[in-house]
Amino acid sequence: MIKERVMIIKKENNGIMKDKDVKDKARVIDYVLIIIIGAVLLYPIIWMFFASFKDNSEIFGSVSLLPTTWHPENYINAWKGSAGYTYSKFFINTLILVLPTTLLTLASSTLVAYGFVRFNFPYKKLMFTLLLAMMMLPSTVVIIPRYMLYNQFHWVDTYMPFYAPATLCCNSFFPYMLIQFLRGVPRDLDESAYIDGCSTFQTLTKILLPLMKPALFSAGLFQFLWTYNDYFNSLIFINSVKKYPISLAVRLSLDSESVVQWGKIMAVAFIAVVPLMILFFACQKYFVEGIATSGMKN
Amino acid sequence: MTIQKTAIQEPHYSKRDYKAFWYLLPWIIGFIVLQLYPFIMSFVYSFCDYTVGSNLNFIGLDNYKELFTHDREFWNSLKVTVLFALYTVPGKVILALLVAMFLNRNIKGINLVRTLYYIPSLFGGSVAIALLWRLMFMNNGVFNTMMTKLGLPNISFLGDTKMALPTICLLEIWQFGSSMVMLLAALKNVPKELYEAADVDGGGKWAKFWHITLPQISPILFFAILNQMIQELQNFTSPYTITGGGPLKSTNVLGIMLYKQGFGYFKMGYASAISWIEFVLILAFTLFLFGTSKFWVHYADET
Repeated sequence: MIKERVMIIKKENNGIMKDKDVKDKARVIDYVLIIIIGAVLLYPIIWMFFASFKDNSEIFGSVSLLPTTWHPENYINAWKGSAGYTYSKFFINTLILVLPTTLLTLASSTLVAYGFVRFNFPYKKLMFTLLLAMMMLPSTVVIIPRYMLYNQFHWVDTYMPFYAPATLCCNSFFPYMLIQFLRGVPRDLDESAYIDGCSTFQTLTKILLPLMKPALFSAGLFQFLWTYNDYFNSLIFINSVKKYPISLAVRLSLDSESVVQWGKIMAVAFIAVVPLMILFFACQKYFVEGIATSGMKN
Repeated sequence: MTIQKTAIQEPHYSKRDYKAFWYLLPWIIGFIVLQLYPFIMSFVYSFCDYTVGSNLNFIGLDNYKELFTHDREFWNSLKVTVLFALYTVPGKVILALLVAMFLNRNIKGINLVRTLYYIPSLFGGSVAIALLWRLMFMNNGVFNTMMTKLGLPNISFLGDTKMALPTICLLEIWQFGSSMVMLLAALKNVPKELYEAADVDGGGKWAKFWHITLPQISPILFFAILNQMIQELQNFTSPYTITGGGPLKSTNVLGIMLYKQGFGYFKMGYASAISWIEFVLILAFTLFLFGTSKFWVHYADET
């Protein structure tokens, strides 16, 4: 019975079905391609995860992804760290470095973005051009005098070389991102606040700040990610192991061994990247929106 | 009333407007102290013999003369830096565009796919990932083991002077996610009517791509290329961690040279000269890109 019915329906829809068949086939090819690209892209990360449970003989001798004998002790050894400090210490250091840097960046960028978007002042155009031009200024061209400056302030081997530029809004990317966002917020809102007697600062904190939450969140995520990954500045400004953030600690784990146990190094590496993956999956909407809008020049 | 008075005295700006400078204060100080001053000083240092703790000794063009005529590393490093950008930027942007175009359709679960493809890009400049690269591409690493199993000859990815740079560039290209997300957003913004009009006119797929898609997304494409270019010309972490500049200096980008001169030997004057050459290089590439933009970047509000 059912077969007959299907046959009838098929006959009736013959034309449409053919069309659909082609579409279905294209769809299958799409998904196959998506999976292949995804597998190629994610292979190194997946390989790293399983390599972190292997010993050297398996890392170098075998192509199989899964370890034949699992070595979870790699993680215990990895966590022990080096030069007398464990990864608990390195993670705490990283948080002490990254969190204030992120929050200070958000605070200063908010003020500066507000100043640029909601006020008309002399030389506004010139200053905005300078702000944008700084996005193209390579950091290498200012690093040496900055180092000399921080050295005079006795800031080398402290986290001040990270906090100071954040407080002084030195990465133009963030005010620019917030400026783009604030331009989209209707002015009527703060004008009515002004009529109600709010000061300009109250207008910012009470009216605009709640609206800016998504943009601030995106900006914060980026600054967190970049500061967490940053190696060059840490390498230059942080000297004592006691103050090492994760990026330097990972390198130290490799350099402090005479015979490198790569399984342990991969465990270290995995420990270092896992917080970023968790953060990314928890907040991926903000990541993606942040990138998508940062490239849009209105 | 007071508002009116000030409005008469100052035809353009009200008292309220001058408050802007309070809000801009962090940036103004930062701009002067941490950007403008270091920018000028690194130029000054580049004409000096200067180490930490010593006095500034003006030596004219000697640093540059030394770089251009005596330093055997310099020309090589300059070449390597330019090659690094020339391999990486087109690779990254083209891959990002292809994947973005592939994903720009009504496929179910596209957001998940986009998220997964973005994962490698989370680790831009990460030491951990650079070490992973180093391990995977070693002579007896997993890729060579695979080649052996397939009966292919092994490649000395990181030991061969011709292969080391492309292998590092591959790491950068792998992290194409942010360009992809940007381009995907740009593709979604192309008005559908344009394609419908092309359908009526009987435009093929290529014609649509060249005459509709490309011009429409060209501002974002330009932004992505410019951004990547500035970034990759300054790259340091990947070559420094994966090969340390070797083999035979074949991956010794200017960033590594600067780091070694400045923070290894503390020759700050010499390192500043290198940093200014890097700056001029980036400026030249930027101006070149802006120069070409007339011919291929279309802004919607242009009349």
